[in-house]
Amino acid sequence: MRVAAEIDVSAPAEAVWAYVADPGRYLHFMSGITRWEVIDGRATGLGARYRMLLRVGSAEIGGVIEVVEHRENCDMAWTSVTGVDQRGRWRLRERPGGQTHVELRLQYGVAGAGPLGWLSEQFAAPTVRGHLRRSLQQLKRQVEHEQLRVAAAARREARAGAG
Amino acid sequence: MDRPVAAGAAANGHAQVNGHGAEIVLAAAEGPAPRGSSWGLPGRLAGALAGQVTRRIPPADLDERDPDYIRERLPGFWLLASLWFRGEVRGLGNVPEKGGVLLVGNHSGGNLTPDTLVFTLAFSTYFGVERPFYQLAHNLVMSMPGLSSLRRFGTVAASPANARKALSAGAAVLVYPGGDHEVHRPSWEGNRVNFDGRKGFIRLALDQDVPIVPVVSVGGQETALFLTRGEGLSKLLGLDRLLRLKVLPISLAIPWGMNVGDMLGHVPLPAKITIEALPPIDLRAEFGPDPDVDEVYAHVMRVMQDTLDALAAERRLPVLG
Repeated sequence: MRVAAEIDVSAPAEAVWAYVADPGRYLHFMSGITRWEVIDGRATGLGARYRMLLRVGSAEIGGVIEVVEHRENCDMAWTSVTGVDQRGRWRLRERPGGQTHVELRLQYGVAGAGPLGWLSEQFAAPTVRGHLRRSLQQLKRQVEHEQLRVAAAARREARAGAG
Repeated sequence: MDRPVAAGAAANGHAQVNGHGAEIVLAAAEGPAPRGSSWGLPGRLAGALAGQVTRRIPPADLDERDPDYIRERLPGFWLLASLWFRGEVRGLGNVPEKGGVLLVGNHSGGNLTPDTLVFTLAFSTYFGVERPFYQLAHNLVMSMPGLSSLRRFGTVAASPANARKALSAGAAVLVYPGGDHEVHRPSWEGNRVNFDGRKGFIRLALDQDVPIVPVVSVGGQETALFLTRGEGLSKLLGLDRLLRLKVLPISLAIPWGMNVGDMLGHVPLPAKITIEALPPIDLRAEFGPDPDVDEVYAHVMRVMQDTLDALAAERRLPVLG
């Protein structure tokens, strides 16, 4: 099953990337995520591994994932090592006017689970899609608030310098 | 391959810790009617049946657990747990991440126990199917035709030897000390933890030096209207001696209406199942180097009952939760 959500954030790609590349922030903006912890010591970059869990229905579903593509300010993709089969991707593209188009994709399933596997994917899809959508909304809010905070701090500093 | 521990224990008449009828002194024996029986033909037939059951109990082999098989069946479990029982499992973060742990639960729902289904799903997805996880079950469950696949899920016949073997291998072991006594309690006692004084799980945890994690569930006893355990009826028919069945429960359940014995199961009502795993209890750290079993038992019962009371207080309506 493939689900995706997208949103435009009023911030440069670097600002958004600072959030999506930092595993420490995931619990703060990813909806439904109950665990996103670094394993094997490498916190970010190609080959970084995380144990993640997403609450869907009666279970927290996920497992160990590994980052398999890491293009700074642009793309980050991961695949599952254990647990549910999954492949996810953050896709960031800059737009005119200082905006960044953010897309979050997730493919998931259990190979070999047969018709019940297919059925469970269909029933889980609305919940997963909702989690992705809310995650992007929270990401947008947090990134834009941070942009405003930085801008306000810069203005204060400029005023203090002028005074 | 492992030797047939359960059968060996049965032959020796050892007490058993049972996942679906915990810590029962084995009275069932192979062969014909019990010695000294004056029951004639019915007694011999019942004895032969008991022998069949005993012979069908598979030898415990922990290697029969099959993570790939479990993984492929989790979506079906998820559908049932999420859509039918609206299952909710809390506190899995309390279960130690590694090493042997004894998960001690209260048990509900008759012979079909939705709490086991919901918890097994949640545990397997949370920790991954790679983590060894075994459930102890009544000999009768293990010997039923068509249920051999349970062994691939990690279900083993309940015996101290099997539990010790799994715990010493660093596995998580789920045990329901209340077993058949608790699982068939009347529906109006649904919010009461009742282990019937069975304390074998504490000795097991002490022997293996593993923590106990209480697992409290609510809702299972609302999947049918359980009327009575039928202990007197079981005794009258001699089932307690022949099949280690101390109960012959009577309930009102779909599709049977009046359901005696629940041997063929029933269609459970879609009661909401809520489960909470509590913080681990390190017996020697909390009760000293040589803990008093009765004191530990009272403590475990108290924390589980308190939690069950809290979970029950959250429910507004029967079945709907």
